Amino acid sequence: MRLTKAGIAGTMESSDVMVTVRPAEEAGIRIAIESKVEAQYGDEMRQTVLDVMNDFGIEAAEVELRDRGALDCVIRARTQTAVCRALGTGFDWKGEDR
Amino acid sequence: MKNAVGRELPEQIGNYTVKPFAGTGKAQKVLPPVVSKRQPRLGPEDGKKLCESLQEAIRKTGLKDGMTISFHHSFREGDMIIGQVLTAIRALGIKGLRFAPSAVVNIKNPSIVDFVKDGTIDRIEASGIRGELGDAVIDGLMEQPVILRPHGARPRAIETGELQIDVAFIGASASDEYGNCTGQIGPNACGSLGYSFVDAANAAQVVIVTDNLVEYPCCPTSISQQYVDYVVVIDQIGDPAKIGAGAARMTKNPRDLMIASRAADAIAASRLFKDGFSFQTGAGAISIACTNYLAERMEERGIKASFALGGMTANIIEMFKKGLVRVLECSQSFDAVAARAIAEYPNILEIDNSVYSNPYTRGSMLDKLNFGVLGALEVDTDFNLNILTGMSGEMMGGLGGGPDVADGADISIVTIPVIRGRTPSIVPKVFTCCTPGDSVAMVVTEAGIALNPKHKYYDMLKEDLEAAGLKLVTIQYLCDLALSYTGIPKPIETTDKVVAVVEYRDGTVIDVIRQIKR
Repeated sequence: MRLTKAGIAGTMESSDVMVTVRPAEEAGIRIAIESKVEAQYGDEMRQTVLDVMNDFGIEAAEVELRDRGALDCVIRARTQTAVCRALGTGFDWKGEDR
Repeated sequence: MKNAVGRELPEQIGNYTVKPFAGTGKAQKVLPPVVSKRQPRLGPEDGKKLCESLQEAIRKTGLKDGMTISFHHSFREGDMIIGQVLTAIRALGIKGLRFAPSAVVNIKNPSIVDFVKDGTIDRIEASGIRGELGDAVIDGLMEQPVILRPHGARPRAIETGELQIDVAFIGASASDEYGNCTGQIGPNACGSLGYSFVDAANAAQVVIVTDNLVEYPCCPTSISQQYVDYVVVIDQIGDPAKIGAGAARMTKNPRDLMIASRAADAIAASRLFKDGFSFQTGAGAISIACTNYLAERMEERGIKASFALGGMTANIIEMFKKGLVRVLECSQSFDAVAARAIAEYPNILEIDNSVYSNPYTRGSMLDKLNFGVLGALEVDTDFNLNILTGMSGEMMGGLGGGPDVADGADISIVTIPVIRGRTPSIVPKVFTCCTPGDSVAMVVTEAGIALNPKHKYYDMLKEDLEAAGLKLVTIQYLCDLALSYTGIPKPIETTDKVVAVVEYRDGTVIDVIRQIKR
């Protein structure tokens, strides 16, 4: 899947994260994180973003996380929503029915 | 070497010789006679104590390089004295001072960091540091480690001679020209000057700084003229709107309200909750809400308290006015309402911080306290509390009276959410140990109450709380729950350089804070 425009999801409220995904020319997922807990959880945050991108089959993107202490489930949900908005599609809930 | 809470400590840090914490109840019982810099001495020959400027007063005290200066923190974030005094000291070219306020609040414009960088200050001893200064210290700003003491330990350190004060600068919202002064009245009233009594009695020289010169004699008087060398009038000593900043607010956060309500339920369930009981709740968001719930439980059951202790807030004054508490013993006033109440009611008293919290007296009021409600940044599975350092090791708080209240009160109650953002609050091991777990009776969270099986009242509390149907869980359960939400954080990496020493009530070292590796 290829991104053609940017998508944003989330807020700057405490315990939330604002995720922006943008199309990229070069292959690969580049992730920028702004978070007070990056030293503690940066690796997990990156892995969560990579997992979501992999699920959507996206191979090139720039992803920006402006984190305000979001839990992993929130980061995952906001990233999924940002990608859906960028693709202009709805979320495939069937995958959640396992 | 390791101390009684398992913390690895160096034996020597610069000039500081470490006495390791040996456990609660293991303190040396008697100390040598009081050491004081106060001299029997005649007053000024011309009878004039009033100075034209801060610089004149500082010159007259003979303040020299390397000496120790002190302040109180009763103006909290609204303090405008510390900055003006340090600026005057810098203008006189005096360097290398030991800065020993009762706590360092986050003052800006000028910041304390500026005075460290230009060499005016080279040592700091306080109850907590935060903000810009805290960040700079944790990054290794100072050569000598900052010494952090809980409120009860500061008067002890002064009287043992560990902290001898050359010049005490005491801000007062009203003073006469001979130095009788108070914080209770005047446009910038800050309330209790409880922290300054020990400074006034033991410093070599005392300078009163006020913006409100009143007719002699000042009434009421908190600090007596017999201790005062000089009086300086400046334009403004503090901003009363900011005295309560960051503290006196009623939260709307439903989770915090739930924790506060549950803590009040735990108090009300105890057999010690009966006519004549005593409490201290403090000024955190959960504490203030807890005070309100406690007042409701008291009204429902028709129970009245004998006294409330420590830092006072508007809602405790409200309880007093309703006749729910007989006496308020104020070592500090957290907001403008509490600040003015002392002068208005005979049963609202200003007390010396030493009688509030110093274990090395013939008795501090904490010894008579039934319930103490505490906040914390982290609690570990041994019930040790961290009230100083945040998730990334940054300086977040002050020791305040936390370790004193935990140790002095019959039942100390820590109110804390299981997680804050992605930061777990209940952890396997606190980053900085400030209060030993043995002195903590229970931890109240939104996910249940954990009683400390090692606490002296464990059996009694278990029986009372179970009978009231309160949800009891283990501390391990709360820790597992917290980490299941957040994941396991990477440990904070530090260098070997000790940037701060955390002393316990008795002057032993309970932990040290090391420089964060960037």
